[in-house]
Amino acid sequence: MANAITRLPDAQIFSLSAGYRAEMAAKRRTTIIGIAIMAACTVLAGWVAEVDIQKFLANVYRFTDYIGRIFYLDNGRHVFTDIGEWFWGLGKWTRQLLDTLLIAYLGTLLGAIAAFFLCFAASVNLATNPTQRFFARRFLEFCRTVPEIVFALIFVVAFGLGPVPGVLAIMIHTLGALGKLFAEVVENIDMKPVEGAIASGASRWQAIRYAVVPQVLSNFASYGLLRFEINVRGASVMGFVGAGGIGQDLIEAIRKFYYSDVSAILLLIIATVMIIDMVTERIRHNLLTMDRGRT
Amino acid sequence: MTTQASKRTLFPDQTDVKQRHAALITGSPQTKILTISVIALMAAVALFALFRLEFSLARLGSGIVQLGTFLSLMVPPTPGTQLIGLLKALAETVAIAFLGTLLAAFLSIPLGFLAARNVMANRIVQFFARRFSDSIRGVDTLIWALIWINVVGLGPFAGVLAIMTSDIGSFSKLYSEAIEAVDGKPSEGVTSTGGSKLHAIRFGLVPQVMPVLLSQILYYFESNTRSATIIGIVGAGGIGLYLAEMIRTFEWDQVAFIILMILVTVAAIDFVSSRLRLAIVGERTGRL
Repeated sequence: MANAITRLPDAQIFSLSAGYRAEMAAKRRTTIIGIAIMAACTVLAGWVAEVDIQKFLANVYRFTDYIGRIFYLDNGRHVFTDIGEWFWGLGKWTRQLLDTLLIAYLGTLLGAIAAFFLCFAASVNLATNPTQRFFARRFLEFCRTVPEIVFALIFVVAFGLGPVPGVLAIMIHTLGALGKLFAEVVENIDMKPVEGAIASGASRWQAIRYAVVPQVLSNFASYGLLRFEINVRGASVMGFVGAGGIGQDLIEAIRKFYYSDVSAILLLIIATVMIIDMVTERIRHNLLTMDRGRT
Repeated sequence: MTTQASKRTLFPDQTDVKQRHAALITGSPQTKILTISVIALMAAVALFALFRLEFSLARLGSGIVQLGTFLSLMVPPTPGTQLIGLLKALAETVAIAFLGTLLAAFLSIPLGFLAARNVMANRIVQFFARRFSDSIRGVDTLIWALIWINVVGLGPFAGVLAIMTSDIGSFSKLYSEAIEAVDGKPSEGVTSTGGSKLHAIRFGLVPQVMPVLLSQILYYFESNTRSATIIGIVGAGGIGLYLAEMIRTFEWDQVAFIILMILVTVAAIDFVSSRLRLAIVGERTGRL
């Protein structure tokens, strides 16, 4: 038992361990250089972004103060002592939350429909020619790179205040984000059904309807739901620029220091987002298992 | 004539085939009803939304005409007289995204471990760590920016803190999921050869999750660059301040220039970070 492990001769061990040490030193050197570059970038970024540790430390108590303060009513009592007073605007806020959800829903739906019709043009395997694919891709990229709030700002000027510019802004951003994901799904399909459909005389859209859609639909729906979840969050701040939803009241409460209102609205938003998260996750889970059961 | 003939030879007993596979061709009534009701429900909600959110053709039409005017005013894009200021703001934007992501990446490590089911034995702690990160994620970056402005004043530092805060929520979720997905055997091996719990984490767990996490962090850096372009709208530094101002004062040619600057910057960062991701992770990319 004692000699179960055979020991190599010293000379061999020496050369092997020297090799090991050299390898490790090289690895360590790369790590150190990487860390040095990171540190330099950090210092530079800190300088550009006017990071002021002293100001931060001197004022950080205000953050916790603020978080604590939003849980006190105007009369100085804790919010939990008077829930009715805390949620005095519940009816109004619920209506605005409903608006927010509808903005997200409509934006996601319209964006997803548009993405559905564009994604085939942007995918490698189904685009009719490279030029078309190039332009479809660049267009989708543009839609998703420009933040939705920027679109909302521009649309508010064009369409007037209210939820309409919010819906359109979310729609365009969703088109860009989903179009890319949908195109990736389409690129991963099995092409044999498509070939079969075309061989038996199907037109392009017939082939898509009967050979592509059945393969991708559950994935599309899953991505669409995920996007809806993200868009609910996005719609909650559309009101900041006057594009409808609960954001309008929230920014007013923060700017005018209506402390208890801030916490009430934030809690409502967080609760809504969490419920939507749970519901969509459940549906997506069912979609995926349904898909697996079929194949 | 010829197509008719060929059809007949290809499918000599078409009606017969149709009859025999009627169920396959028409589909089961159950799925049909389900499909129709899902579509009807979605359409009904959409109609309700259109009605409630006061959509009207007249409004859409006049808006699109307005947009057309804006677009025509956007060419040619010009920086106006403030090119230096714009470049500085752009650098600020990138710095905000970089620092915010970096700080969040470090600060979420403990929270990620607390929220991971296979590391945190205490269910209650794990549950609250999860809910805590969920709540942080439920609040948009812009809202965090507004709150941080109250603390450190207007300027890019508030933006850094805002990006950091909202990313802590996302990162701790990502971390805990990555940690839960690891293979437990290397950690077991380390423990069995006499390693402490910390050793098991360092040599059994970290090497497994590191590549995935680094690629995720890079991905977030890209998306944070996008977020950092807009937090200026509420006064938290970066190019968003200029952008909002130019839109409000109808300087459309400058708006177009700023948007182009943003597009170029985001594309450049995408390029750099995808190269970095390849270098760090090798071929094992893939977002969770």
